[in-house]
Amino acid sequence: MKELNVEKITEAVKEMCIEANHFLSADMNKALCDAVDKEESPVGKKILDQLKENLKIAKEDMIPICQDTGMAVVFLSVGQDVHLTGGSLTDAVNEGVRRGYTEGYLRKSVVDDPIIRNNTKDNTPAVIHTEIVPGDRVEITLAPKGFGSENMSRVFMLKPADGIEGVKAAVLTAVKDAGPNACPPMVIGVGIGGTFEKCALLAKKALLRPAGKHSDIPYVKELEEELLEKINNTGIGPGGLGGRVTAFAVNVLTYPTHIAGLPVAVNICCHVNRHVTRVL
Amino acid sequence: MDRHLKLPLSDNDIKSLRIGDYVYLDGVVYTARDAAHKRMSEALSKGEKLPVDLTGAVVYYMGPSPAREGRPIGSAGPTTASRMDKYAPALLDLGLKGMIGKGKRSDAVKDAIVRNGCVYFAAVGGAGALLSKAITEAEVVAYEDLGTEAIRRLTVKDFPVIVVIDKDGNDLYKEAIKEYGRE
Repeated sequence: MKELNVEKITEAVKEMCIEANHFLSADMNKALCDAVDKEESPVGKKILDQLKENLKIAKEDMIPICQDTGMAVVFLSVGQDVHLTGGSLTDAVNEGVRRGYTEGYLRKSVVDDPIIRNNTKDNTPAVIHTEIVPGDRVEITLAPKGFGSENMSRVFMLKPADGIEGVKAAVLTAVKDAGPNACPPMVIGVGIGGTFEKCALLAKKALLRPAGKHSDIPYVKELEEELLEKINNTGIGPGGLGGRVTAFAVNVLTYPTHIAGLPVAVNICCHVNRHVTRVL
Repeated sequence: MDRHLKLPLSDNDIKSLRIGDYVYLDGVVYTARDAAHKRMSEALSKGEKLPVDLTGAVVYYMGPSPAREGRPIGSAGPTTASRMDKYAPALLDLGLKGMIGKGKRSDAVKDAIVRNGCVYFAAVGGAGALLSKAITEAEVVAYEDLGTEAIRRLTVKDFPVIVVIDKDGNDLYKEAIKEYGRE
């Protein structure tokens, strides 16, 4: 059995917090560059150029891409042949977040209680999703999530009779309601099936798939393409100021569900769709 | 139309602004977001004075990331304005002239904008690194314990914004969608 000291996880999480908030992944950079060519609105083009310039400044001057450096969402895939040593896994992840947000000059955006609302001053705790998988490796994905777009996300408990048309209507409703609030161009994560909480988790995971890569399931790929076209036909555009590029990608994940239900979750992300993955 | 304006805004400046105008602002703006608005609202309901005089001022809905050594501020882009909709009409009635944020506003806020002859600007959401370059000074002036949500006095130079709601209540978000929508 492989042993892994959780201090290694702390160190990785710390570095990933800083990396994700200053350097956007290659797929998101490409999506932004492609959008400049596609955009017809002069204001839209101007906004997209500013966003490109923003990424350059963030990287060169080490200023976070967005001041909302997010709540740290951490996905852990822990191999069942790994023995974690040196303390609690949860504490190790939170310590990584604490160090990353403090040493990396990242904003502390977490409050200790949703009603009492005292800032924890170190951006902890993270939201941690742990999965036990075969093998002897630990895969960590860190996705700092900003709340401008998180606030516009929705869960719809549709009826089986609503079918795929119901799913399309739900996604479009969420996107139109979000409009300029979610910092378009957006990435739309959609989870279909499972239960109330499972579809929300699928929608969040869908945001991790590289922009431009489609589902392997033929009807889901078609759905992604059709939804992207429909979303871009809303005219919301970059910054919500009108234009042809409202979303970079629609990523859909599905899961088996109950005979009585059709849960659909729409997790909206802004153009700063941050995620970093490491394997230990 | 691209324009340069000095803060504070005069009534004539506001009268001349139309939705879609691209404006570069020079001068002082105050930051405030959710927690600072809640506290200001509580102060007003107790009959107390606000910690800063917002008469004629522009408020920027923003909570920055921490500044690195030698810089006035960290990343500094706008937050979603609608969360301040509950508080904004009272501040506009007290003399606040402008707001900078991103996203839609409620009808109550639009009514208060028209009633008082004010303006709502959007800055580009998610461009916090770029916008930080247009901020030359930053100082916490109230509610320091709120951390990023404290009220800050910022000096800005060529700070880029776009007029989204003008003094007549026109809304760029609604108009712009009509132009590029294909439904």
